[in-house]
Amino acid sequence: MKILCALWAGLLFGIGLILSSMTDPAKVLAFLDLAGNWDPSLGIVMGGALLAAMPAYLIARRRRRSLLGETVQLPTATRIDRRLLVGSLVFGGGWGLAGYCPGPAVVSLLAGGLEPLLFFLGMVAGMGAYELLERRGAHGAPA
Amino acid sequence: MDIDWVNFTPWSALAGGLLIGLAAGGLLLFNGRIAGVSGILGGLLRPANGETGWRLAFLAGLAGAPVLYTLAAPLPAAKVDADWLALLASGLLVGIGTRYGGGCTSGHGVCGMARGSKRSLAATAAFMGAGFAVVYLLRHVVDAGGA
Repeated sequence: MKILCALWAGLLFGIGLILSSMTDPAKVLAFLDLAGNWDPSLGIVMGGALLAAMPAYLIARRRRRSLLGETVQLPTATRIDRRLLVGSLVFGGGWGLAGYCPGPAVVSLLAGGLEPLLFFLGMVAGMGAYELLERRGAHGAPA
Repeated sequence: MDIDWVNFTPWSALAGGLLIGLAAGGLLLFNGRIAGVSGILGGLLRPANGETGWRLAFLAGLAGAPVLYTLAAPLPAAKVDADWLALLASGLLVGIGTRYGGGCTSGHGVCGMARGSKRSLAATAAFMGAGFAVVYLLRHVVDAGGA
């Protein structure tokens, strides 16, 4: 059941990304290009997503168990530290370079030709490099 | 700044956004998990008991979405300007950055902000700021200088 729910959530999430054209890197870059012909669409996508997700997060906050009896796993970290900021800056730099972020890349993986595949390979290599670095630094901070 | 009214698509953006939010809210309410795509994908590289199946299912849903979508409508255009080297480099930065920063546009930008996390607000400001800066440099400094 939890597999089925996750599959359904992934499908719905993906359809939302396609419907809002967030799978088109040109559309994403048009939002990031403040000094050019600015397309605010991505901002509306985010606003809509926040609006729809907020009630669920308000409810889940007060629960220990999900509707399927799973533990509700919400992050407990509150400190705005260097890892968070530097990591996010690096991510944003890569995002601006091609217009793909992880969600749209996975959605485009099988349907979008060679470009999303190249991006995806780079992304998995980056995540793998992170894992190696983390494991080497044995007493490093938990992720 | 000029607003690109021709390509601005507020209604499909709103509808798509609401679906994304519903999906993220549903995953939390039913599975108790955050719908952060970089976290779900990256977590596969650090397998934990009982955490692999739902991750694969969510990613399969994402990857399968175009198939379902084309039953109703053709896929929207996708235009990629970056060459293969830029795509690989972009992916590498996104992979490393999202793992160090603990999230991406979905994890921090949607899920984190939906629960009012200040960390996610800071992360979102940082990745958006970097995105704005890189696109500005590429389009208005490098390209303008070369032309």
